Amino acid sequence: MTQLDYILQQIVNAVSLGSLYALVAVGLSIVFGVLKLTNFAHGDVMMVGAFGVALLVGIGVPFPVAVICGIAAAAVAGFLIERIAYRPIRDAPDVARLLTSLAVTYIIENVGILVFTSSPRNFPLPDILNTSWEMSNGAITFTSINLLTIALTFVSLLLLGWFITRTTTGLGMRAAAEDMSAAHLVGLNVNRLIIVAFIVASAYAGLAGILWAAQAGVVQPQMGFTPLLKAFVAAIIGGFGSIAGALVGGYILGALEIFIVAFLPSSVSSYRDAIVFAVLIAFLLVRPGGLLQPNREIKL
Amino acid sequence: MSREARITLLVLVAVVAGAVVAFGAPHVLSDYFVRIILLIALNAILVLALSLSNGFTGVFSLGHVGFIGAGAYISGILSIPVQQKMALLPHLPGFLHAFSLPFLPATLVAGVLTALLAVVVGYPLMRLSGYFVSVATMGFLIIVNVVLINASDFTRGARTFTGVPLETTLPWVMGWLAITVFVLARLVYSPFGRAMKAVRDDTIAASAVGIGVLRTRLIAFVIGAFFSGVGGSLYAHYLGSFSPNTFYFALTMSLITMLVLGGMGSLTGAVVGVICVSLLSEVLRSVERGFTIGDFAVPALFGASQIVLGFIFILVMIFRPKGIMGDRELTFGSTQRSATVNQTEERKR
Repeated sequence: MTQLDYILQQIVNAVSLGSLYALVAVGLSIVFGVLKLTNFAHGDVMMVGAFGVALLVGIGVPFPVAVICGIAAAAVAGFLIERIAYRPIRDAPDVARLLTSLAVTYIIENVGILVFTSSPRNFPLPDILNTSWEMSNGAITFTSINLLTIALTFVSLLLLGWFITRTTTGLGMRAAAEDMSAAHLVGLNVNRLIIVAFIVASAYAGLAGILWAAQAGVVQPQMGFTPLLKAFVAAIIGGFGSIAGALVGGYILGALEIFIVAFLPSSVSSYRDAIVFAVLIAFLLVRPGGLLQPNREIKL
Repeated sequence: MSREARITLLVLVAVVAGAVVAFGAPHVLSDYFVRIILLIALNAILVLALSLSNGFTGVFSLGHVGFIGAGAYISGILSIPVQQKMALLPHLPGFLHAFSLPFLPATLVAGVLTALLAVVVGYPLMRLSGYFVSVATMGFLIIVNVVLINASDFTRGARTFTGVPLETTLPWVMGWLAITVFVLARLVYSPFGRAMKAVRDDTIAASAVGIGVLRTRLIAFVIGAFFSGVGGSLYAHYLGSFSPNTFYFALTMSLITMLVLGGMGSLTGAVVGVICVSLLSEVLRSVERGFTIGDFAVPALFGASQIVLGFIFILVMIFRPKGIMGDRELTFGSTQRSATVNQTEERKR
């Protein structure tokens, strides 16, 4: 295996991981953009999607149907979370809402453990998605789920781009993100926009959760927490609240993680997550608006 | 009675009651209840330490458990008996092998080193506000966890850290609790305490009247970290063996629940929150083991207590966001409120 092949292989891995982070981060950014809410429960919505697919395939539902149902289940979960937990405290300070979302996470994960136990269970993947492909005589390998992740990320983000720039609801969401009370004044139904934002974001979380579980091969009630924290870093690197920012941040973070592991000695790379969160802190301090919103100021 | 006299009386009563509980309880109550009292007192130290920055200064840190973990490991490494150190931690630097400290000095060293860590961490982070500081301190918590898992020469990595002598008894914890309450009460109800609340209520106005925002926040953060480190050391000597994940999100969540439930701007509120949550989770824990009513058997539902606590947390957030006590203190006669709070509320109206 030549040096070049090794680097190409790492780039394939980085793009695949970055796509997943981007998918999760986009959902976080949609909700943050509209509500200024740091939604920790987003990771558990991922878990709902993945568990939905695992359970449905377990009782004999065909895989593609199960995926659609899983995404729908995630969207419903997001809707319910907004309705029950977030709407009553919409006007509370930022930190109170952040804590509420932490509590929601805590509840969902413990319900998951209560019902499904915390031991991981298999994620059933049809054989066609489980094959691996080789290039340059086996030096570069990728599985079809890698390819599917990248392709689905691309397609779904194009769809999102169309939604927020071409539809009335999407434009309304951006108006609400810009200035909630002004949007209300010009007659937009802000409540409905927030519900749509949650449903869209949660559907993305469901898709991301299914792809994450497909790559890991297992589902587990607390599976959403790590990707959530990482997506959080990705969103802040790119510019929290901006969809393009989430995309950029996701790929940067994916590349950073893969390259830390691939090119640094193991004594350093075992500290990968510490490095990632140090980058997060550095961004919050130096450029809190992220790469794409350089002019955003935060007050002391 | 004047305010001064009332506070003096309150402190006296509290000290006497604490001493009676500390030395009397083990003779009267079963081990189970003594353990509950000990845990309440221990958690009270941790929550009070948290309240200094999160409640009084308005810097909502999610990273204090990182300080608790650091304190636990530092004092653990210092106080494992020399004979066992060789076997448990063979790769420690030589000078740490040579000695082991008794409980009290190990706890003090843990507190001081943790406070120094807080200076380093807090100096940049205290510039941030709102949810930015929460997220950044959460990043700090994760970094501490990664370091504890990877610095296996010092911490045995993800394996259980064990061999810490079990020296945390009720009098020790009550003593440290008394010191914590005393120091924090002196601090919060002093001119510096007013500065803290001013920084919390209106940062711009505070700096306009000459209060150093960064300095005030940093001092509150560092003192809180000192008591977190001390509490971590007490925790370590209570558990005897623990792992990096003992000091992670689950503990963070439970301490924050206690703080928010009790009321973030009140020392007695913090203690009330600890007592309520501890007693409630004790009751729930015995319920979740399963029980029978007549012929109807309720099966064991492990984890149900956390779910109930989570719901209570959300209900408090919705219906009583200031917690049980808000910013009032439990004193004799009338309740005390700080002047700055009243003024802010006036302005909001």
